[in-house]
Amino acid sequence: MTDWGCGSSVAFSRKKNKMQTFRFDLCELPEETKGLRAEVRAFLAEELRHVPLVTRAQTWSGSDPEFSRKMGAKGWIGMRWPKQYGGHERSAFDRYVVLEEMLAAGAPVGAHWIGDRQSGPLLLNFGTEEQRQLILPKVARGECYFCIGMSEPDSGSDLAATRTKAEKVEGGYRVNGTKLWTSGAQHAHYMIGLFRTSADKHTGLTQFLVDLKNTDGITIRPIRDLAGNSHFNEVAFQDAFVPDNMLVGSEGSGWAQVGAELAFERSGPERYLSSFLLMVEMIRELQKRGGAEGAREVGRLVAHLVTLRQMSLSVAGMLDKGENPALEASVVKDLGAVFEQDMPVKAHELLGIAPTIGGGSDYEEVLGYLTQTVPSFSLRGGTREILRGIIARGLGLR
Amino acid sequence: MNEMQTLLNDSITKLLDDLVTADTIRQAEDGTWPAALWEALIENGMTRILVPDAQEGAGATWEDAYVVLKASGAASAPVPLAEAILAGFMLGRAGIAIPDGVVTAMEGDFTLENGRLSGVARAVPWGRNATHAVTLVESGWGVETVLAPLHYARIEKDMNVAREPRDTLSFDHVVVDTGWAGLPGNAVRLYGALTRSVQMAGALDYLIRQSVHYANERTQFGKPIGKFQAIQQQLAVLSTQAAAVGIAAAHGCARADKVTSGDAAAFEIAVAKVRADDASSIATSIAHQVHGAIGFTYEHGLHFATRRLWSWRAEFGSGAEWADWLGRETLARGADELWPYVTAR
Repeated sequence: MTDWGCGSSVAFSRKKNKMQTFRFDLCELPEETKGLRAEVRAFLAEELRHVPLVTRAQTWSGSDPEFSRKMGAKGWIGMRWPKQYGGHERSAFDRYVVLEEMLAAGAPVGAHWIGDRQSGPLLLNFGTEEQRQLILPKVARGECYFCIGMSEPDSGSDLAATRTKAEKVEGGYRVNGTKLWTSGAQHAHYMIGLFRTSADKHTGLTQFLVDLKNTDGITIRPIRDLAGNSHFNEVAFQDAFVPDNMLVGSEGSGWAQVGAELAFERSGPERYLSSFLLMVEMIRELQKRGGAEGAREVGRLVAHLVTLRQMSLSVAGMLDKGENPALEASVVKDLGAVFEQDMPVKAHELLGIAPTIGGGSDYEEVLGYLTQTVPSFSLRGGTREILRGIIARGLGLR
Repeated sequence: MNEMQTLLNDSITKLLDDLVTADTIRQAEDGTWPAALWEALIENGMTRILVPDAQEGAGATWEDAYVVLKASGAASAPVPLAEAILAGFMLGRAGIAIPDGVVTAMEGDFTLENGRLSGVARAVPWGRNATHAVTLVESGWGVETVLAPLHYARIEKDMNVAREPRDTLSFDHVVVDTGWAGLPGNAVRLYGALTRSVQMAGALDYLIRQSVHYANERTQFGKPIGKFQAIQQQLAVLSTQAAAVGIAAAHGCARADKVTSGDAAAFEIAVAKVRADDASSIATSIAHQVHGAIGFTYEHGLHFATRRLWSWRAEFGSGAEWADWLGRETLARGADELWPYVTAR
């Protein structure tokens, strides 16, 4: 008898199947974070007073170096890093509070975001002492920005198909090839590039720190997206020279390092708050109409928002304990993207107001920006299908 | 989980593993009271987990009860354990002695005069099997907890689609025990929604485990169906839904422990019930799709969980009802209060 057949029972399958599922332990923010939250809110109220809502809706896609420097001065970049590298040795919870307040308010954190989130931690984990000393203090001051050179024209989700080549030459490497969809490359000082150093599929990949401002042979071409913005770029390398001391980690360990880096990339609250400003403006519009119109839909969105926040906090709790929440981070990112992408749909269903570009009300403009932008939310940082594949592997299906 | 919760989890899981078989559930669905299972739950103190020490209970918290309720939901235990736990919680608060026998909880349209209860309660879980039912009645002086013996109640039998008894009980001047509730008037619905959310988290956890197990065993086109991406993607979705409900329900329990008045936990409880309802619709559909025709048979055990989810999502307030409440509260507080409110909790 096959065990899917007659006679299989609830108790039977429960005993036989002790598969590990994800761990989402409840995690409460420590009481001491309250003061920090109040401080961040006061700072944002002042800084964002004159920033239009549609600009704020870009959150971590919006870039403002002056704002980043002010955050650096506040000690809100590199919060968890060691003091010797310009960090502040704060807890994962302090960092979480700053991040979620920035995102909920729509602060233009894009300039320093990638360096703070993943490139800095990558260098702390795998970089040389020289690289850390050279770069981390500047990142923490909000003066040095990063982009991530992973995707290529023929290598998107299939990262192991990376072709951009770093060839060993005297004193360094000669890089040739093209990176694509590189967010923020036009503003960034450095790229963490994943290049091919040998033909071996995985062990032939190596990460490099590329100085985008002082290297010959690099051409950065912004790519206009469907909304008319140019967040991402094509970065072409033509005999660009990267010195030996800019290799990150060891030659051939790029694949493994990228895995660790992506866990950082996927774990933050930016993965469910990207449409939060639209939720707020939608509620404001409904309020204007009076009564309880749309209450049920708003209630559902609130339930999902609160649950995602608890899941995101749980990931922060695991990070604080030094655990690796890579799988849980993928779960939050997948659920979070569905939530974010549903927001313009819900807004349209509830209010039926046409989105606009340029001359509309705050609500119409924010809706205009997000209606066009949400398709990218389940592409950036790992597509929905890739994330679900990772989750399926975690479930023991692959 | 703390140490106590780990112990509790081991003990309730073992108890249910031993005593809840497919046959137990089938027989219960045909009307046989699972006496051995119930006795074991009583003996192990599971029904009195939220009753204070002073009243011979375990004096535990909702976070501890989460472990027990989730396990009972995962096992599709065909007994009113959740209702007994809920009743014990309310009796404990009111300082009313816990009677021997099967105690359930009910919501109804009642009047209380000189210690006598009159009125009707619909869809009372295991009304026919229970010896007592607990409810709350608002009188002129406030909210009173009422412990009603069912010996004199008129009982009309009905069932939910999980074939759990959901009976209509009528009372006509039945002498009852009463005490000051120390709870809001809607506490049965409120804490009932919390218990259902946790049970649903358990049932969803069962669905993902069972579905992964099946997908790894069932072979088509020369390989286990779990090797197909179409199946993997669906199971990934099911697992994320189960995970979301698990933490939403835990959050509700943690809040219930933290506040003295149930009203203050209503927000988190509503979130949990809405999330559980939404997840159930997605998860039951995926679990059945992955199981194919065999999962649609009575013989296979999958439906013990899916039929419970279809029932429980509508009990003690459907997701729509709680979402409506959440939404009205949110609109009343206003757009700019959403974030401060969410982060202050």
